[in-house]
Amino acid sequence: MGISRLHKIFAAVLSGGLALALIASISGLNEGDGLSRQVRASIEESGVKSEVTAVLLNFRGYDTLLEIAVLLLALIGVTALAEGETAPEKADVRDPALSGLAELILPLMVLASGYLLHAGTYAPGGAFQAGAVLAAAILLARLAGIAEPERRKGALAGIAAIGFAVFLSAALAPLLLGARFFDYPGQAAHAIIVVVEGALAISTALILYLLFSECSSIRQWRGRKGEAE
Amino acid sequence: MTQWMAYSVCGLLLFTIGLYGTIAYGHVFRKVLSFNIMGSGIFLFLVSIAGRAPGHPDPVPHAMVLTGIVVTVSATAFALALLRKMNSETGEESLGPGQEYRSGKEGE
Repeated sequence: MGISRLHKIFAAVLSGGLALALIASISGLNEGDGLSRQVRASIEESGVKSEVTAVLLNFRGYDTLLEIAVLLLALIGVTALAEGETAPEKADVRDPALSGLAELILPLMVLASGYLLHAGTYAPGGAFQAGAVLAAAILLARLAGIAEPERRKGALAGIAAIGFAVFLSAALAPLLLGARFFDYPGQAAHAIIVVVEGALAISTALILYLLFSECSSIRQWRGRKGEAE
Repeated sequence: MTQWMAYSVCGLLLFTIGLYGTIAYGHVFRKVLSFNIMGSGIFLFLVSIAGRAPGHPDPVPHAMVLTGIVVTVSATAFALALLRKMNSETGEESLGPGQEYRSGKEGE
C-alpha cells in the first residue's frame, strides 16, 4: 500500500507541476490568426468552399491520407487479435423498444449521413462525420437485431480499404501529369474532392463498424484450460 | 483573461488530469480512459487556440482535431482489443503487481 500511495503522490506532483508549467507557457501567447489568412487567400484554388474541408483534403491532404491509413492499420491489428475467435452464433438480444426506435431513426441516420457528406464541400461536415453517423446506424441495426452479424468479413474489410485506395490514387495521379504529389489540377479539384470524400465516408463507416464487431468477438476469460468455469 | 485563454486552460487541465490517471491507476481500462481524457484536453486546447484570431477562427487546427478524433477512436479500439485479448488469455485486467484494481481471478 505504501508503494501505491507513493506512486499516486508522484503522479499528482508530476501532473500538477506540468499543469502549472503549461498554463504559464500559454500566458505568453498573443492574439494571432495563425494560418487562416493563407487558407483564405488560396481557398479559390482548393475546389471547395469550406475552409476545413479545403485544409483536410487539399492543403494538408497528406495528414488525412495518413489518418485513413492509421484507421486501416488499427483494423488490421484488431482483426489479427480477434483471429480464431468466432462471433456468437445467435443475434444480439432483441429488445422491442430498441428495435422499434431503430426502425424509426435508421432512415433518418442514413439521411443525416448523406447530408453531412454533401455539406462537407461548403459548410461544416464532411467524410468523417458522415462515416461516423453511418457506422452508428450500422451498429444500431446490428444491436437491435435488424441486421445479422456478417459472415464474410474479408469482403467487408476489402471494401473498407476503398477510401485509402481512392485517396492514394488521387494523390498520385498528379504525378503522372507532371505536377506534384497532391497537386490537383484546378478545374478537376472539386470533382476529385467529392469522389475522395465519398470513398472516405464509406471506409470510415465500415472500419468503425468492423473495429467494434471484431473487438466484441474476443471472448472473456474462461479460466485455465481444462478447468470448469 | 480572454475567452480562448479560459478554454485552453481547461484543455491543459484536462490533459494533466488524464496524465495523472494514466500513471496512477493500474487497471488497463482506466489507463485507456485517461488517455482519452488527455486527448480530449489536447483537442480542446487546439480548438481554442484556433479562436485567437479576432472574428475568423483558424481552420488548420480544426482540421488537425478532426483528424485526431478519428485516429483516437481507432487507437482506442485497438487498445481495447488488446485489453480483451489479455483478459481472454490470462484473466488479468491490470498491469504490474501490487495494483488494487485487479480482476480477482488469479486466485482460482
